[in-house]
Amino acid sequence: MSSEMNDSGGVVITKMNDLLNWARLSSLWPLSFGIACCAIEFMGAFASTYDLDRYGVFPRPSARQADVLIIAGTVTFKMAERIKRLYEQMPEPKYVISMGSCSNCGGPYWQHGYHVVKGVDRVIPVDVYVQGCPPRPESLIGAILELQKKIEGERLVG
Amino acid sequence: MSFEDIKLLLSEKFGPEVIIGEETGGLQPALLIEPLRIAEVCLELRNNPKTYFDFLSSITGVDYGIEAMRFGVVYHLASIPYQTQLTLKVSVENNRDLDNLPSFPSITSVYRTADWHEREAYDLVGIFFDGHPDLRRILLPDDWDGFPLRKDYKTAEYYKGIKIDF
Repeated sequence: MSSEMNDSGGVVITKMNDLLNWARLSSLWPLSFGIACCAIEFMGAFASTYDLDRYGVFPRPSARQADVLIIAGTVTFKMAERIKRLYEQMPEPKYVISMGSCSNCGGPYWQHGYHVVKGVDRVIPVDVYVQGCPPRPESLIGAILELQKKIEGERLVG
Repeated sequence: MSFEDIKLLLSEKFGPEVIIGEETGGLQPALLIEPLRIAEVCLELRNNPKTYFDFLSSITGVDYGIEAMRFGVVYHLASIPYQTQLTLKVSVENNRDLDNLPSFPSITSVYRTADWHEREAYDLVGIFFDGHPDLRRILLPDDWDGFPLRKDYKTAEYYKGIKIDF
């Protein structure tokens, strides 16, 4: 991007691709959706200490308005169906962050958890995984920055 | 009212056969009750002004193991005004066949709390409660196969196309 100022106003010259990516990565609106203890850290990341809003990350109460689905918690088989439906309700382009051991791979329930899906990626595609049980808000912010990098490299064609 | 007094009260009211036995080894003494009469026993313990067990703390479904062929239910009663607690246990023999669930009378008519507790015992251990108004699964999906907390439960390979094991 480059900009020039003259007396009649500013002009910004950029590529369509870069503009779209910039717009998308600067307003990643996650669905306010939490399923277990990771959601506490997720909420902590929005609170004043970490203030995710400064990255343009602002929770939306409806899947129709959300860009990113943060799976914060243990995914049971009963919930897996609902998660799939929420994911399908989100408009394209959509991204998924798997937050915490449970949604990455089943976490502490990997062996005897008959009711736990061993990784939310068995239900919906995941872009970024955050390790931790639960991950601290810094880790979640790190994942959002990582997702922003991923979006930065996207291309409209090819 | 002490444990002995409660025993006396119940055998005077319902006859001595209602108390099958007692377990005093644990942290809290338990009365083994004749399974078919558990609802009337609970009703009496709740209504009698001397006992007044007005609160059902919990219901637990028990699978006593594959060799024992026996299922049970444990009731933890509490009396808020007297600050006392009482444990009641019932059990029946059962061949572990999924078409022949162990059955006990429901105590939902005595304690409304028992509704969800009994549904949970049905959902996870597979215990049928006769007279329950709405005995459906409460935690697992409605189309789940089997009762996961039974000792002989085998996890299925897939649930709706999602692999269950790691």
